[in-house]
Amino acid sequence: MKINHKYAFIVLTLILLLCFVLNICLGSVQVSFSDVFSSLFGTIENETHQLIVTKVRLPKAITAIMVGSGLGISGLLMQTLFRNPLAGPFVLGISSGASLGVAIVILGAGIFGGFTTFLISKWSIVVAASLGSFLVLLAVMLVASKVRDTMAILIIGLMFGSITAAVVSVLSYFSSAEQLQQYIFWGFGSLDNLSWEELLIFFGIYAIGITLSIASAKSLNALLLGDNYAKSLGLSLKSSRFIIIFATSLIAGTVTAFAGPIAFIGLAIPHLTRQIFKTSNHKILLPAVFLFGAIVMLICDSIAQVPTSDYTLPINAITALVGAPVVIWLLVKQRNIMF
Amino acid sequence: MPLTKNNIVLKTQDLSIGYTAKKSITTIASNINFELEQGHLIGLVGANGIGKSTLLRTLIGLQPALSGTIQIHNNSLETTSTLDLAKQLSIVLTEPLQSKNLTVFELVSLGRHPYTNWIGNLTENDLSIVNNALQLVNITEYKTKKCYELSDGQLQKVMIARALAQDTSLIILDEPTSHLDMYHKAYIIKLLQKLTKETGKTILFSSHEIDLAIQLCDTMIVMQQDNVVCDQPCQLISNHIFESLFPEDLISFDATSGRFIVSK
Repeated sequence: MKINHKYAFIVLTLILLLCFVLNICLGSVQVSFSDVFSSLFGTIENETHQLIVTKVRLPKAITAIMVGSGLGISGLLMQTLFRNPLAGPFVLGISSGASLGVAIVILGAGIFGGFTTFLISKWSIVVAASLGSFLVLLAVMLVASKVRDTMAILIIGLMFGSITAAVVSVLSYFSSAEQLQQYIFWGFGSLDNLSWEELLIFFGIYAIGITLSIASAKSLNALLLGDNYAKSLGLSLKSSRFIIIFATSLIAGTVTAFAGPIAFIGLAIPHLTRQIFKTSNHKILLPAVFLFGAIVMLICDSIAQVPTSDYTLPINAITALVGAPVVIWLLVKQRNIMF
Repeated sequence: MPLTKNNIVLKTQDLSIGYTAKKSITTIASNINFELEQGHLIGLVGANGIGKSTLLRTLIGLQPALSGTIQIHNNSLETTSTLDLAKQLSIVLTEPLQSKNLTVFELVSLGRHPYTNWIGNLTENDLSIVNNALQLVNITEYKTKKCYELSDGQLQKVMIARALAQDTSLIILDEPTSHLDMYHKAYIIKLLQKLTKETGKTILFSSHEIDLAIQLCDTMIVMQQDNVVCDQPCQLISNHIFESLFPEDLISFDATSGRFIVSK
């Protein structure tokens, strides 16, 4: 069985590399395999292609990998922590929190006067989204420690979604068309337009979150037994819970900040991985979810680019189109959701 | 009879258990005094709702005692850190596993959690302890099976193996025989007896199988409405403790056979 897992990891890594290169090749302008390689590892005569690859496609492909793997892993953390197969960053209101933060920054600029306008940089959006998601998760955790009922927690997550929507609609009422458009476009999700500096910051925060997740693998496995058993194994419930939530909000918050609220990946990927790897052992699940998330996101992005056409579909539409059927299929086909 | 105090694994003094809500205190049992010796199998019996689970939950630190002290190896339970406690006390609960999507081996090796490094890698020593635990409980043959493929009886054995892998001097089990058929009830308690003899561990379990407990336990703790008695089974019988355990309209205790008999 261990050997099977090893093969699966090798195959998945190869698929990931293939998707990565294909993702760079495909788009409104087709770049050949050889051009991709030569622009990555040297220079080529076709300068346009080199620019396309190094300034646009490569950052986008790296973003896709971080977004897909990050959302998958934060979904996995939430599902294990809340012991609810339907949990995920989106369901529990992390993305709603991020949206609220971003809405306040983009739309609030109209209300709070011109002085905030200069703040609408990528950074203020990132900070707002991260803060928003962290605060919402803290609120959910606070209530979670009181109610102990996972269904109640999910409903609370939905309530936060409603509150967010309400605040956003109040804000939009007072906002200009231009600001509204900016917010709506952010809501579509986008893997484009990240500069290398932005990518570096993204990677920094993402790496901290992923490291914390890996460090939580042991406690996540103990949590599979339930809180009481986990405690009897010497696990500090409070601190491990906090670390897991902190990692999730770092990852989901930054992903949402840089790429917008991308739906379904966080929920669907962990399930897909559990079905394929047939285990709940986080030492296997974490790397597997990482690979699956990255692969699916690269594929979704390639589809969203509509190769050979000038259109780019909203990435959020594509992930939902891929993710929703997976969730429906799981609920219909699986009598017991493996968990 | 002189008692050597060195081999006392668990000791309670004037322990009082129950629940505290915002203002009211519900005392379930009080004045609980007992000492558990090393290598003993101890059965905790009493009628439904008498507070067996509450007592066990208090002993394993899942809920605070109302008053009195609990000492494990002469250290107060309250001041022992979660991690230190995990190396002295392991548990098997009645609550279902959150995830059964683990292999038997993976689940049993979770017992090594307090000893492994930050990522939870098993050393050679850990592996041999896990394999030994699997062997002691006789489940080596299905160590690669998933927990959801197991019957209740098999799963109970896996949970006992997990507790063994935790390598603690004291194991506490809450109703390990519930949901099991007559054969497996006897099998599990007999297994616990074997483990105390072979490993020198102290095992405390609650059960409704009073007949079996009388036959197999070294010591029994009997919880009644007004008092909690801890003694050897034969002493408890000659002191007529079991007679008053249940209302006598339906079943009565037969001291000669050590069994309860239904009134006809």
